[in-house]
Amino acid sequence: MGIYGGLDGVREEIIKCMKCGNCLAVCPIYKENKREAASARGKVQMADAILKGEIGCTAGIADRLALCLTCRACVAACPSGVEADQVVLSARAEVVRQRGLPRAKGAIFAGLKRRKLFHAALRVGARLQRLGLARIDRDKARPRFPIGLDTRRVIAPLAAVSLRQQLPSLVGGNGAGLRVGFFTGCLINYLYTDIGQAVVQVLDHYGARVIIPPDQHCCGTPVMVHGDAATARDMARSQVNVFSAANVDVIVVACPTCGCAFKHNYPALLEGDRVYRERAQGLAAITYDITELLVDKLGMGSNPPGSGKSHTVPGTGKLRVTYHDPCHLVRSQRLKVQPREMLRAVPGVSLVEMKAPDRCCGGAGSFSLTHYDISMRIGARKAADIGATGAAVVATSCPGCRMHITDVLSRHGMAQRVVHPVQLLAEACRAGSGVGGERGTAHG
Amino acid sequence: MPSREVLDALKGALGCDQVLTDREDLLCYAYDATADMPRHLPEVVVTPRSTEEVVQVVQVANRFKVPIYTRGSGTNLSGGTVPTRGGIVLSTLLMDKILEIDHQNLTATVQPGVIIQDLNDAVACYGLIYPPDPGTVTTATMGGSVAECSGGLRGLKYGVTKHYVMGLEVVLADGQVLRAGGKTVKNVTAYDLVKLFTGSEGTLGIFTEITVKLVPAPEARRSMLAVFKDLSSAARTINGIIAAKVIPATLEIMDNMTIRTVENYARVGLPMDAAAVLLIEVDGIAEVVAREAEAVARVCRENGGELTEARSDADRDRLWAARRAALPALAQLRPTTVLEDATVPRSRVPDMLLALQEIAAKYNLRIGTFGHAGDGNLHPTILADERDREEMQRVHQAVDEIFRVALELGGTLSGEHGIGEAKKKYLEWELGPAGMDVLRRIKQALDPDRLLNPGKVVD
Repeated sequence: MGIYGGLDGVREEIIKCMKCGNCLAVCPIYKENKREAASARGKVQMADAILKGEIGCTAGIADRLALCLTCRACVAACPSGVEADQVVLSARAEVVRQRGLPRAKGAIFAGLKRRKLFHAALRVGARLQRLGLARIDRDKARPRFPIGLDTRRVIAPLAAVSLRQQLPSLVGGNGAGLRVGFFTGCLINYLYTDIGQAVVQVLDHYGARVIIPPDQHCCGTPVMVHGDAATARDMARSQVNVFSAANVDVIVVACPTCGCAFKHNYPALLEGDRVYRERAQGLAAITYDITELLVDKLGMGSNPPGSGKSHTVPGTGKLRVTYHDPCHLVRSQRLKVQPREMLRAVPGVSLVEMKAPDRCCGGAGSFSLTHYDISMRIGARKAADIGATGAAVVATSCPGCRMHITDVLSRHGMAQRVVHPVQLLAEACRAGSGVGGERGTAHG
Repeated sequence: MPSREVLDALKGALGCDQVLTDREDLLCYAYDATADMPRHLPEVVVTPRSTEEVVQVVQVANRFKVPIYTRGSGTNLSGGTVPTRGGIVLSTLLMDKILEIDHQNLTATVQPGVIIQDLNDAVACYGLIYPPDPGTVTTATMGGSVAECSGGLRGLKYGVTKHYVMGLEVVLADGQVLRAGGKTVKNVTAYDLVKLFTGSEGTLGIFTEITVKLVPAPEARRSMLAVFKDLSSAARTINGIIAAKVIPATLEIMDNMTIRTVENYARVGLPMDAAAVLLIEVDGIAEVVAREAEAVARVCRENGGELTEARSDADRDRLWAARRAALPALAQLRPTTVLEDATVPRSRVPDMLLALQEIAAKYNLRIGTFGHAGDGNLHPTILADERDREEMQRVHQAVDEIFRVALELGGTLSGEHGIGEAKKKYLEWELGPAGMDVLRRIKQALDPDRLLNPGKVVD
């Protein structure tokens, strides 16, 4: 039945919890509010009480379950190996099953499910956003008035032309290279097209063919983490259809949350679906994060960009770069080494580690929309750790972390540039091999 | 439910933000880290920020005769913070300031909600440490660990929490504020009230300020791991090290069941057929440490121990990985982990280990034992499934027997977890009628209305 079919699916996780409280030491939210209900131990006990009929799926339970970043710091610290994030996700799904979605969320998720409508809405949004957003610079803007966003917030404006409109559906390679299906994800498609451009350039540089199936859609995680398992399941099936038909050797993502969707969530969501289960598992097995694909599969480490050529990064001396580990990459996918290896391979980059690089930045996708204050307080600790490194650039392999860290730094008056490691690599590839600037549709 | 008046009085005193009454929240203060213990919901949770606010809560409790269960991080293992009679849970977590670090007098003064590790981090820059290090050092609060008198891995050389508490500010059951002890090394003014309240498990007063002793951080340390084919060689080694006039900071033991489980779990390279493993660490001044390490190594070899010495920090981490994996490895075997802390004089550790093996066989249970061999404080860890009633009955019988044997060997019911609710029924075995009478009279004198952590330690 899986974890999304009812709390029974996580009964063993719940019973394993020995209530030792080790999770209290690492939970970013608990550190800020010191409320037991924020901790993994508290939530596991709440789920246990629901299972035992001691409390119903109340609105109060829903509110408290919402206070989880799914950063999995508790899972890493748990001596009993309790997958507390799975308990939270399962309990959220149970609450939605029993109570339904709040009306606003229901409407948003229904829209999210319909690809064409969603895409059209964001296209209109891109045109109209200057009415609501005041631009600060190229990738920063601030809401002029509360349009469902805190007006103190610095966000990335929607790209005038989305990534998938900018790019043809097949790029690069000479017919022989690895066929890489690129799942762009929403943040990269609509906001951070520069990351998507960099992914394509770098893959092209390493001889891969990049296929961008045009019918791909949101990965469904925002829907799933809010407990709407039914919609998430539909979206998973749609994705499985699109990428099964794309005839690719591997699937690449540059957003760790989308990576988790393909690697873990689709098989879990479709566990009870006889037709789709195996196809989802098949796709999970060929899904790679961009850093993982380049380092582990395409041998980037032994063939860094611009090797053999005299190439320096613009500016003088070494560029100090610090790296923030996205939760969904370092813990959910255990990819800690690969992004660092990628950064070290970029000529002119000196990697300086910050304190606790794998501590959640507080963004956690839509969590920062619904809990902006606590999200910012968590982020303040990250800003301090970044500041202490003296780095000019913060690299992080997640567009969500990039958006949140950009906001946090700007709130603290800090000017560090925030990028995905693949962007630095793409810059080096361009400088080293004469690959041109951003690719337009004309190349197709 | 407490009357409207109680809640109104608490909200009036602390403000609505610091008074939790939603059932969803109350559920989260209905347990602690004790296994096999049902949840008991409090009626209200308060989070005072100052001594004055604690006094106000106590006054409300007094006026309406509602019990108060004081709680830090809720990591204790004896049911000490479970609000078994409802009432008020008083969380000290918002009183989390380090008030002073006095490096001339080698003391620190903290509020009760400070996390032990945070204090250690704060004093590190002065080259000082606060030695008590229970397994929960990154989670547990100073208030909770003083109330439980927690121990840890360094007990043999450095002692336990009570050896470091120098001064206390305590809110008494009647709302008076008592200050006892202070920063002086010597203090024999009247009865030792600091010692009385330390380890009183929240039954005699509520700490609002704690002054502790700090000591210089050791400048060097050496870690060794010795593997033994039979238990008696390991026992001779433990006694031999002490006979050689070496007091290691750490002298830990793991039995065969634990070794096998750890090896299956963490693959740290322990031989599966070993009867026991000792992890030994000496620390202090470099020259002394070198001599002590030499002596320890000699004693281990003389007793047939196969010795691995850490040459670097990475080596040390590898040796410690085995010990650190002990509880997680055992805990993952079965859903329910019952962790006890029966303690015997050091010379009786081998007898206790043998008795534990017999008890495991007799009740057909899996018991892994590891712990602080140097101070006789062992952690027999019983693995079970709380859904299996018949098995849990055997667990309870085995626990009874563990405590009986520990006392027969001249030991004590609790080395570091406290009595709380879980071990109350054994108390008379150790203290006898006279001891019980003294406990009751102390409780009666300081908390006649049974407002503070009622139902724990003594009625």
